Amino acid sequence: MSDFWILLTGSMVAACCAILGVFLVLRRMSLVGDAISHSVLPGIAIAFLMSGTRDSAFMLIGAAVLGLVTVFLIQLFHQSGVQSDASIGIVFTALFAVGVILISLNARQVDLDLDCVLYGEIAYTHWNTITVLGIDYVPKAVWMLGFTLVLIVLVIGLFYKQFKLCAFDPALAAAVGIPVALFHYLLMGMVSMATVSSFESVGAILVVGLLIIPPSTAYLLTEKLGTMIWLSIVIGVASTFIGYYAAVMLDASIAGCMVSAALALFILAFLFSPSQGIVSRYVSRRRAALRHTAS
Amino acid sequence: MLDELLEILRDPNAQWILLGCMLLGLSSGIIGCFAYLRKQSLMGDTLAHAALPGICIAFMLTGTKSIMLFLIGAGLAGLVATLGISWITKYSKLKTDAAMGIVLTGFFGIGIVLLTQIQHSGSGSQSGLDKFLFGQAASMVSSDVATMLVVSLFLSGSCWLLFKELKLVSFDPGFARGLGFPVAFLEQLLMFFMVIAVVVGIQAVGVVLVAALLITPAVSARYWTDRLGMMMVLSGIFGALSGALGTLLSAAAPNMPTGPLTVLAATLLFSVSLLAGPRKGLIARRVQHLRAKREHLAARERQAVPAPSRGVSQ
Repeated sequence: MSDFWILLTGSMVAACCAILGVFLVLRRMSLVGDAISHSVLPGIAIAFLMSGTRDSAFMLIGAAVLGLVTVFLIQLFHQSGVQSDASIGIVFTALFAVGVILISLNARQVDLDLDCVLYGEIAYTHWNTITVLGIDYVPKAVWMLGFTLVLIVLVIGLFYKQFKLCAFDPALAAAVGIPVALFHYLLMGMVSMATVSSFESVGAILVVGLLIIPPSTAYLLTEKLGTMIWLSIVIGVASTFIGYYAAVMLDASIAGCMVSAALALFILAFLFSPSQGIVSRYVSRRRAALRHTAS
Repeated sequence: MLDELLEILRDPNAQWILLGCMLLGLSSGIIGCFAYLRKQSLMGDTLAHAALPGICIAFMLTGTKSIMLFLIGAGLAGLVATLGISWITKYSKLKTDAAMGIVLTGFFGIGIVLLTQIQHSGSGSQSGLDKFLFGQAASMVSSDVATMLVVSLFLSGSCWLLFKELKLVSFDPGFARGLGFPVAFLEQLLMFFMVIAVVVGIQAVGVVLVAALLITPAVSARYWTDRLGMMMVLSGIFGALSGALGTLLSAAAPNMPTGPLTVLAATLLFSVSLLAGPRKGLIARRVQHLRAKREHLAARERQAVPAPSRGVSQ
């Protein structure tokens, strides 16, 4: 049974990240996702210290606020003349440092473990269950991830056209009257929520791996946005399964193995993608050359 | 608090560690200036994360914890990481940000797998490798400090000697190539310096935050000056100050990792620069804006005065 819950949690994390990651990769903002996943840490710590529990609602709100603060600060520094990558670096390291200090200061009183925040412990998720709507035995992480996933699917589904246009041509989107900034902050808020609901299971740092690597892999395999989202979910879930069984075999960190599996899948796509892969392009070029010399 | 700090300062071992961290901040600050000018600030972050598997493999192969071996492991891993990034951007439609993200998290994932392997194997529990994530300057021994001293002096010295070449490559690589400088070699050299600064910094500041030592002091210095030489001096001073503050505070408070405190000190300096920097700082800009507004209004009034008089004369 524990296998089932671990795989379900991992797959839900992968699905949340995959959907949002597609838009981050397309908007060339992968590293903003990286920054958000680091800088939600003080939000998690403050929400935890205020509420005294790992109560999901508090953490989701705290993280969403911190995520928006991150994006706002990056924008602010960038406008005041700092290069965008440097402003990303300043903001996330500062906020992450605040988070680590808050956790270290209170490490004695609370059971919020730094290691847990960083790598997560997906193996323990199924012990931490709560009763919601009279249903027992469902881990808390699954409830939280389920809520986030439904929210993401709803928002992206409702505003699919708007998100699509903002991803490919923000200028045109603004010209036809779509509030580009609003959708930008909406996306970033959802990224922070996804990070927080995943941090207990895969950790704040490795969640970035699932946010960036599967969508990039999917990007190499297709040119259509809809297909890209589906593919990226499938690749994320596949990395979860491969990673989990590899971790069991190697007796190593499950989250680490999941990201390594995602990287392995990316390398496969990089080499063998039908339209983009290095090997496939080489083969097709050789074939064309042979045809050319034959004729 | 103050007595405690003075007490720490009297301890000769702590003095060495303090000196090491200051020199580390100094040299990363100097290298960071070039990284900032070449728009490669986040490269330091990638290199730091990528160093983790290199360090773990070096430890697994030799079973000892020596900064020299880690330097070699991390250097090789950093090389693979930079090659990976350039391959991904060259041979696919993915852009630099995605390539950096993939390499950074992928390598870090592998590093975590190896780290847990080492920890589970038993011998690793005393290895202190987990201290590498957030840095613990207090855990450094004198040989580590000696290595840091040598490396920091080497980095600052090389930047001083190669100042002209590195400056040209940072500002105008095309022109440098035209003048016959070995641009590719100098770029690789800068990357190599960055790897060294990151690896040496990891022990004091930790994998996750070492990038801040490269980025934040350089950006803070940029607020005060437009000259590269001055910027490097200032950035080095800011870095050294943050290193000193971080080490002192972390020594005074038990159970406190050094890295986050150092980074916060650097961020504090950045906030001061952001507000108070001459010409570029927020306050200076506000004042400039107000003054321009007042001048504009005054000029309009001066213009407005003759207009009715002209009306009267007609």
